[in-house]
Amino acid sequence: MSITVNGLPVPLPSDPRVSLLDMLREDLHLPGTKKGCNQGACGACTVLVDGQRILSCLALAVQYDGRAVMTVEGLAQGGELHPLQAAFVEHDGFQCGYCTPGQLCSAIGMAAEVKRGVPSHVTGDLSAETIALDREELRERMSGNLCRCGAHNGIVDAIFEVYAETEAAE
Amino acid sequence: MTPFTFTRAVDASDALTRASDVGARYFGGGTNLVDLMRETVEQPTTLIDVTGLSTTIAETTDGGLMIGAAVTNTALAEHRAVRTHYPVLSRAIVAGASAQIRNMATVGGNLLQRTRCTYFYDVEGSRCNKRQPGQGCDAIGGFNRIHAILGASPSCVATHPSDMCVALAALDALVHLSSVSGTRTLPLTELHRLPGEHPAIETMLEPGELITAIELPAMPMAARSAYRKVRDRASYAFALVSVAAALEVEDGRVKDVRLALGGVAHKPWRAFRAEAALRGGPATVAAFTAAAQVELADAQPLRDNGFKVELAKRTIAAVLADLAGVSA
Ligand SMILES: Cc1cc2nc3c(=O)[nH]c(=O)nc-3n(C[C@H](O)[C@H](O)[C@H](O)COP(=O)(O)OP(=O)(O)OC[C@H]3O[C@@H](n4cnc5c(N)ncnc54)[C@H](O)[C@@H]3O)c2cc1C
Ligand code: SF4
Ligand code: FES
Ligand code: FES
Repeated sequence: MSITVNGLPVPLPSDPRVSLLDMLREDLHLPGTKKGCNQGACGACTVLVDGQRILSCLALAVQYDGRAVMTVEGLAQGGELHPLQAAFVEHDGFQCGYCTPGQLCSAIGMAAEVKRGVPSHVTGDLSAETIALDREELRERMSGNLCRCGAHNGIVDAIFEVYAETEAAE
Repeated sequence: MTPFTFTRAVDASDALTRASDVGARYFGGGTNLVDLMRETVEQPTTLIDVTGLSTTIAETTDGGLMIGAAVTNTALAEHRAVRTHYPVLSRAIVAGASAQIRNMATVGGNLLQRTRCTYFYDVEGSRCNKRQPGQGCDAIGGFNRIHAILGASPSCVATHPSDMCVALAALDALVHLSSVSGTRTLPLTELHRLPGEHPAIETMLEPGELITAIELPAMPMAARSAYRKVRDRASYAFALVSVAAALEVEDGRVKDVRLALGGVAHKPWRAFRAEAALRGGPATVAAFTAAAQVELADAQPLRDNGFKVELAKRTIAAVLADLAGVSA
């Protein structure tokens, strides 16, 4: 039983009670992924599993046997920030930074959902083949990630800069 | 969390075999069960991961859809046929939870998710007949703004929290079940129970019975359907009241209608009485309002949730008016 985390295979905990979040933070010493509420309400623990965003606090590690997990620690490549990380710095997309790893992973998962045409609560036309990522769509799609510092405007600006353009260019 | 063993079922019959254990529970996305186990509301000794069940959405021979129990909430909402032929279902799903949770949650788990009554969750501090039969219900004399106004009992006033189920109730969905004694189907509207004297028994499922699929019958009128959810904030909150509706109007009269309510009862509430009042009548705001009155006539609000009665009536009228293209 093993999963890969940021590209490296790691063994799963022997106790099935261990959440994916606790495994990342406690066993693997990857504290980037944050524990906010530990009950699904804040999004701070968001990670990507096979490219899909999920909440690691509501996940048992053993559930994800054989799958590929990506955390905030896996975003930067060769000492270069991921473009979204750079945009967060540029647009003041954080204050205390506690929600930031979850915001980053969530936004990456969100961009893939938009590309696939997954509708959201504010999508006007369900039959449309493509969805344009405007600010209203972006806010709704990121509503599972709270920021208690209220850095939302910078967060939206950063994500919008990186992903609205690429979608429009398709 | 109480210790448990974790196993994975490769298919439905494997799941049934593994479920012979008394303390066994099926495990979908885990988004509800992990939380309940952490709070020790639930203490299973064996978890059977059933995400290996069917994840396909296939057209049936009579033009409906068969949806595997392990399909995720996101996959169902984004499916082309659902968006085109049953838009109320896509709308209801994306109105619920957050994108992360919808990516994890399964159809089977969404159906059987448990109430968000805060006293039910409060193991240390509150009495709850659902958690501990016979203990009493602290919601009845307590803070009950989010609780039921229809079909409740002196034992329990909790609501079923699912958005998806409200749409499924309106769409005449059938639930396919499997147990060691065979298979059967139940209309979704008959899957969940009203609390009565035994609020701990929430569904008509036998012990160990497994949900294998949801079937949507062909319903051409559902191409014109809608979901409206009223909640305390614009996103990422449970419904105070929600309405799922499909409407067919011909020559200014209601030819056919489907109507269901969420946030008001212990089960997704199909508004059969309002539907009967509407069929064949004029498609006017006055008629929609009158039908809403009929449905809510027996409403029994608690101390804090009287607002839900008026809210439900207005939301029903507004959704039907929108679908009929008449202004409210
Ligand atoms: C913060 C938060 C906000 C939320 N907001 C909303 C909301 O606004 N609207 C909404 O509708 N929902 C909301 N939800 C609830 C969410 O939709 C449910 O938790 C989810 O649908 C449950 O699915 P699951 O697969 O994760 O279920 P699990 O947690 O895996 O299981 C739930 C139950 O179903 C049983 N089960 C699972 N699969 C089967 C099967 N095949 N056969 C028989 N039994 C089975 C399990 O034994 C368990 O009892 C929210 C949840 C959270 C945490
Ligand atoms: S309303 Fe039902 S779930 Fe809530 S405390 Fe009362 S008995 Fe328990
Ligand atoms: S820590 Fe997982 S959602 Fe808050
Ligand atoms: S930056 Fe502090 S919580 Fe978001």
